[in-house]
Amino acid sequence: MNHDGMAGYGEDRQAGRPAGLRSAEALRDTMGAYYRTLGEGSGGRPPVAWCSSVGPVELLRALGFAVFFPENHAAMLGAARSANRYMPLAHAQGYSQDVCSYLTSDIGAYLAGETPLSAFGLTSVPRADVLVFNTNQCRDVRDWFEWYGRRWDAPVIGVRSPRSIEQVTDGDVDAVAKQIEALIPTLEAVAGERLDGSRLALAVAAARECSDLWGACLGTAAARPAPLTFFDGTIHMGPAVVLRGMEEACAYYRTLLAELQQRVVEGVAAVPGESLRLYWDGMPVWGRLRALATTFAEFRTSVVASTYCNSWIFSDLDAGDPIRSMARASLNLFIARSEAPKEQYIERMAGQFGVDGLIFHDCRTCPNNSNTRYAMPQRLSSRLGLPSLVLDGDVNDLRCYSDEQGRTNIEGFVEQLADARAARRQAVGG
Amino acid sequence: MSRYAGIDSGSWTTKAVVIDDDGRVLGTAVTRSGADLAVAAGRVYTGALTTAGLAPGDVSAVWATGFGRHTVTFAHGSRTELDCHGRGVAFYVAGPVVVVDIGGQDAKVIRLDASGQRIGHRMNRKCAAGTGSFLDEIALRLGVDTGDLDQLAAQSGEALELSSFCTVFAGTELLALIRTGKQPADLAMAAYRSLVKRVQAMDVFQGTLVATGGVVAYHPRVVALLQKALGSEVIVPPHPQEMGAFGAALAARDGAVSVGPDGGGRGDR
Repeated sequence: MNHDGMAGYGEDRQAGRPAGLRSAEALRDTMGAYYRTLGEGSGGRPPVAWCSSVGPVELLRALGFAVFFPENHAAMLGAARSANRYMPLAHAQGYSQDVCSYLTSDIGAYLAGETPLSAFGLTSVPRADVLVFNTNQCRDVRDWFEWYGRRWDAPVIGVRSPRSIEQVTDGDVDAVAKQIEALIPTLEAVAGERLDGSRLALAVAAARECSDLWGACLGTAAARPAPLTFFDGTIHMGPAVVLRGMEEACAYYRTLLAELQQRVVEGVAAVPGESLRLYWDGMPVWGRLRALATTFAEFRTSVVASTYCNSWIFSDLDAGDPIRSMARASLNLFIARSEAPKEQYIERMAGQFGVDGLIFHDCRTCPNNSNTRYAMPQRLSSRLGLPSLVLDGDVNDLRCYSDEQGRTNIEGFVEQLADARAARRQAVGG
Repeated sequence: MSRYAGIDSGSWTTKAVVIDDDGRVLGTAVTRSGADLAVAAGRVYTGALTTAGLAPGDVSAVWATGFGRHTVTFAHGSRTELDCHGRGVAFYVAGPVVVVDIGGQDAKVIRLDASGQRIGHRMNRKCAAGTGSFLDEIALRLGVDTGDLDQLAAQSGEALELSSFCTVFAGTELLALIRTGKQPADLAMAAYRSLVKRVQAMDVFQGTLVATGGVVAYHPRVVALLQKALGSEVIVPPHPQEMGAFGAALAARDGAVSVGPDGGGRGDR
């Protein structure tokens, strides 16, 4: 996995700022339109379902719910760097500083009566008529939803997935499919209509198309130079999260994919002068997204692929077998798997994207999305011969992230990779 | 004969080293970093030049390292302290080597291969335990200067343990032990053991071990306890506190390449 064909350090000092994508404007329009629908007046408004980000959203689409994703809302709080203002309010309610900072910042914001959705005309997060979780990612989503469920006296239902799965078996799929089916009567009662199988098939087909298009967008980063980075991906994945199963998401990703493919043809780099390529595992540090993107760009290092952005690719979805395929997709998700399949996944990604090293974010309040705690970086580095770096931080709680330590860690890692490349070149050149 | 200088702008102290072409140390200086890192850098540079009997014009290149490396506006380039400590140690000790650097605010483990090339590193989490700050806190609680802690621990007769995970809790645990009549000497020794345990947990230590940093320079007991804990000799190279600055001077001599866009940070970021 050595890629010595790229420009080396000391040869070209023209490191630049990350190049912006033109599609960002369409992204703003798409996301803005979505948020505004959540605030439309109560008269004739469809019932609102809250859904965990990798929950059974297709079912909710088919029943005509307006779907709200609190994880997206929490990420907005993190990106706006307002999360730390709200978290203490949730801590005071008994939610520990050590549990998901998405949960604590979102509940805290609710208690403070504030939301970034005010930019789209909402005075609050939309009140849920039903809250639907899937514990394939963690238990915290369920605890989070139950807080609101108690407050609003709304039903909280969901799928209790097996976790740390080695191989997804037909038995696992059957069990989860049954749980998804069991959600239907409650959802029908709240929606006031019966589930139409053809509408469900259409929602699954649209979700699959969105998933394929998003996967194709991320796949363009295998090109050299990469036309987008992990940091771009965390922003542009918005429609794949909140509009999965809707044509709007597909339309957006057709636009984005066209731009990225054009960039590949023209050799336009997301990181001008790209020299090193890295893989990112774990959550983003939302409050430092821009700072980290800039830091890596200064070092002419492109973070070309990630577990996180790829987690919204659901290739198992099949309109011909909607519920079982939804079950299989939710079980095959990276976060729900055991160490061995996770390592195989990262190994495959490292090869596909030709990376020089691996970065693991040890997210303090998200143990389920931190793959650093059972020696995976050590095992992968040893097996793949790829250096790895562990960054201590958090998805929303900036008290857990040190800017200076983060920068030194990253700069030191880049020095190490660049020196190793120079030494290899010297050895080859005699 | 050309001369080179390195400045290590650390969290507690700023260090400067001037060397010649062969890496011989001609002059050094150390000062508290304080609130104005640029002033501290200028002061140690002048100090090191004075001890070397040189003027600024005699120096071919100055490189900076340490957390304040980007504030050293007169530096011609910079490398991280991870690089410079490794580079400095590789000058004295043949690889493969594991370097343990214990500074005022962080602890680092740096791995070098047989050729002295850095192949990995670990830093402590955002936490003071396992660093010089921990010893400062303990010395404060015991009412002694940090510099006297080692001498105090030399009189220890009873083996005590500090089990707390963090510096603040260790401080309160210390107070509880004082209330039960435990001796300050034993408590000082317990603090050293606690620090070593934290460092020991950072990585797997095998092969040649080298210790650097201000804590190593002023608290030789840490080295002795580290040797005992790891069951292996721990080498302390010359100028352990100035090792980062020495490595930066070597980087200047060797024409190392700064990875940043501006040639390594001349304060214009």
